[in-house]
Amino acid sequence: MNSITLTIDGKLISAPGDQTILEAARENDIHIPTLCNLEGISAVGACRVCLVEVSGSNRLAPSCLTKVAEGMQVQTATDRLREYRKMIVELLFAERNHICSVCVANGNCELQDLAVTVGMDHVRYEYQYPSCSVDVTHKEFGVDHNRCILCTRCVRVCDEVEGAHTWDVSGRGMQSRVITDLNQPWGTATSCTSCGKCVQACPTGALFRQGSTVAEMKKDRELLDFLMTAREKKQWIG
Amino acid sequence: MTDAHPSGDKRFKLLDASMKRYQFQPDALIEVLHKAQDLFGHLDHDLLLYIARNLKLPPSRVYGVATFYHLFSFTPKGEHTCLLCLGTACYVKGAAKLQATLEKQWDLKLGDTRSDGKMSLLGARCVGACGLAPVAVLDGKVSGNLNPEALLQLVKGWDGDGTR
Repeated sequence: MNSITLTIDGKLISAPGDQTILEAARENDIHIPTLCNLEGISAVGACRVCLVEVSGSNRLAPSCLTKVAEGMQVQTATDRLREYRKMIVELLFAERNHICSVCVANGNCELQDLAVTVGMDHVRYEYQYPSCSVDVTHKEFGVDHNRCILCTRCVRVCDEVEGAHTWDVSGRGMQSRVITDLNQPWGTATSCTSCGKCVQACPTGALFRQGSTVAEMKKDRELLDFLMTAREKKQWIG
Repeated sequence: MTDAHPSGDKRFKLLDASMKRYQFQPDALIEVLHKAQDLFGHLDHDLLLYIARNLKLPPSRVYGVATFYHLFSFTPKGEHTCLLCLGTACYVKGAAKLQATLEKQWDLKLGDTRSDGKMSLLGARCVGACGLAPVAVLDGKVSGNLNPEALLQLVKGWDGDGTR
């Protein structure tokens, strides 16, 4: 793949032509916040946290899906982007019942970390307080819809890495929920192999190992990258 | 290729024929769901699982797609259905009044089927006939320029002995 030259935040960068802006930025120590993105699985551009400004276009581009191009000029942290990112995180908090103080993932949560990163000190939107269930029918794991941000990492990891496709999203809008098989209790989902990759992939406390209490659910998100590298490149980099 | 449905219900044969026409391709999911809903009136879990197996799709995907679209229904519908358009144009022209009238007349809420199974009252966001606002679709037939009296007249036979 031929090399391409572009500018990210004023820094001249050369990157392979098949890379995304996000990958090129990461390789050059430029930090773009992400939420639905996860090494080892496909990108979907669902969370919009990684939006960047590209000169010559008045639309914002999701950096996880936008390929680099010759002469491209990218800004990753303008005032406008900072404001939007904060807004997105606030909307996520307002949409479900994210109560960190009693959450299993408190202190190990990507949503919480992101709220700190973007400087969210309060939520300007009305909390929706939806009625969400908790399903602990699975023998090892549980799902708490109160903490779910619908990033679909669990859906993708189950489909792309494990190959079971137990998870999917049902409904639309406010009624969207992640489901197992035919929206049945997780413990009765026959396609589930209980591999636990969805739990490791989940950015929040929505998927957890049973028996974990407040702030105990630490996740191993590098596991998926390790597995994918092992599978595709036959390299076991632990 | 297909295992016939163990119930022996003839409608499954028709569904099989439809899936065969699409060569059991996973991309034909929405068309197949439409056909299934036409045949059975609603989509229950057994039916969704049957479709998933035949199209070689994960059940969660089938369920996810079916619940995304408002046109698919998961509970049995009444003998008669009244679909009220609640899109902007119809709303401005008094769709809310039509809704209130029918809810009162039939003693049910929008989206529900009456307990005796006679009728269902459904809502939609725009059926694409704004020129006829306010619009209702009565058993698949579009009626426009409605007011509460005209609508009650049209559904008069639904509630009891008379046929429409």
